[in-house]
Amino acid sequence: MRHIYLYRRSLPRLMEVVYWPLLDLLVWGFITVYLAQYRENLPGFITFFIGALILWDILFRSHQGISVSFLEDVWAKNLLNLFTSPLSYAEYIFSLMLVSIVKLVTVATIMAVLAWILYSFNIFLIGISLIPFVLNLVVMGWAIGIITTALILRFGQEAEVLAWALGFLFMPVSAVFYPVSVLPLFLKTLARFVPASHVFEGMRGVISSGVFPLEQLLWSSGLNAVYILGAFLFFRWNFIVVKRKGLLVRIGE
Amino acid sequence: MHEPVVAVEGLTKVFKSLKAVDNVSFSIFPGEILGLLGPNGAGKTTIIHMLLGLTTPTSGDIQIFGLDLKKHRADIVQDVNFSSSYVSMPNSLTVKESLKVFARLYKTKNREKRIHELLEAFEIADIKDKLVRNLSSGQQTRLNLAKALINDPKVLFLDEPTASLDPDIADKTRTLLKSIKKERNISILYTSHNMKEMEEMSDRIIFLHKGHIIAEGKPKEVIRSFSRTNLEEVFLKVAREEGS
Repeated sequence: MRHIYLYRRSLPRLMEVVYWPLLDLLVWGFITVYLAQYRENLPGFITFFIGALILWDILFRSHQGISVSFLEDVWAKNLLNLFTSPLSYAEYIFSLMLVSIVKLVTVATIMAVLAWILYSFNIFLIGISLIPFVLNLVVMGWAIGIITTALILRFGQEAEVLAWALGFLFMPVSAVFYPVSVLPLFLKTLARFVPASHVFEGMRGVISSGVFPLEQLLWSSGLNAVYILGAFLFFRWNFIVVKRKGLLVRIGE
Repeated sequence: MHEPVVAVEGLTKVFKSLKAVDNVSFSIFPGEILGLLGPNGAGKTTIIHMLLGLTTPTSGDIQIFGLDLKKHRADIVQDVNFSSSYVSMPNSLTVKESLKVFARLYKTKNREKRIHELLEAFEIADIKDKLVRNLSSGQQTRLNLAKALINDPKVLFLDEPTASLDPDIADKTRTLLKSIKKERNISILYTSHNMKEMEEMSDRIIFLHKGHIIAEGKPKEVIRSFSRTNLEEVFLKVAREEGS
């Protein structure tokens, strides 16, 4: 409810939801148009690129939806009001997850529509696989967002930059714009444990061969199940430590 | 004698090597205003934070409504609330929206009616559509106090509630708190650096110094025990002895 009121009247906040994804889409979209001149050598490149951009943004927004919303409560000095109310930390995290869904549905819709208008790109080319792909990216984004929030709780202002930066740490090994095969061996091994890499590899597989990427989805879903549970436990542990060290009352100072 | 609504036994909090609260025990009885005073760093705010469950005690027990705070916090907080000068409402919400959010969080019955009552009681009805960021500090304080009463709490923790209020509004707020306390039999733990206010408001006071209680009783009893004429002189005596 709080976020509905907030976004309803804040043009900068509304703009921020669409500004960065829109810029990404414009810049990278036009790059793909330019590179399409070489499309005989790079089959399905445009489709890969724009589809990957939209899907990556879904992950990024789901991460930010949690971490930035949390920071807004920190900056407003409203956190203690919330944690002295009947709201539990689990309910708080779930509410941030809900806010992130609203943000990313908005962003994804705008990006998909613009990609269609500007580049004749249809995100639904990926087919029914799109749904589990998106769900897995959202859950991975949530896991990163929950961990980011836990770190900000624990380390305060110093850790605030993670609200924007931590998601990008996974980008090189998420195989967003290139396949895992181009990575060096140690990064290939790491990529195996990143749910997003299976999503993007699966997406490329669907676009190039039309085959439903069951193995990739199972890997991604299994990893996400472990990571989201781990993220919750990590948050819970940090919450306990923060209360023991008296740091909860110092956040935002 | 009634059972206490808040019973604190042997409460201690150690931060690294600093003992911020040292074996403090006290009770708050129904309908009582207990004043917590002491110099900066005496442990007042740390005690309030422990009573709210924001900081975990190193040792000691806290019972509120006869329930262990560690095990029954979710039940307890429904009937407890707090206000302080170092917390605020979200800047981009209006006064009324802020109260609506917290009314929902506390599952307040007859939300609209309750919000309307509080807006009138704290004289902020005319600014109900104003954004929090555009409020004066006095208006924000009144909004915080309105939020603190949104769930009709049985226990209220007020950490310097009238700081930032001009004398007129501060006086009206104190009068309002006293009448609410009387009508609803609310128990209040109250801290302030305004000693005159503490003398006026408190049924009993606890004087803290370096984390432990050095005096406890009715304001007049404490003043007499220090051979002073008012609480301010008692405060200055304690604070200056610490400094010398």
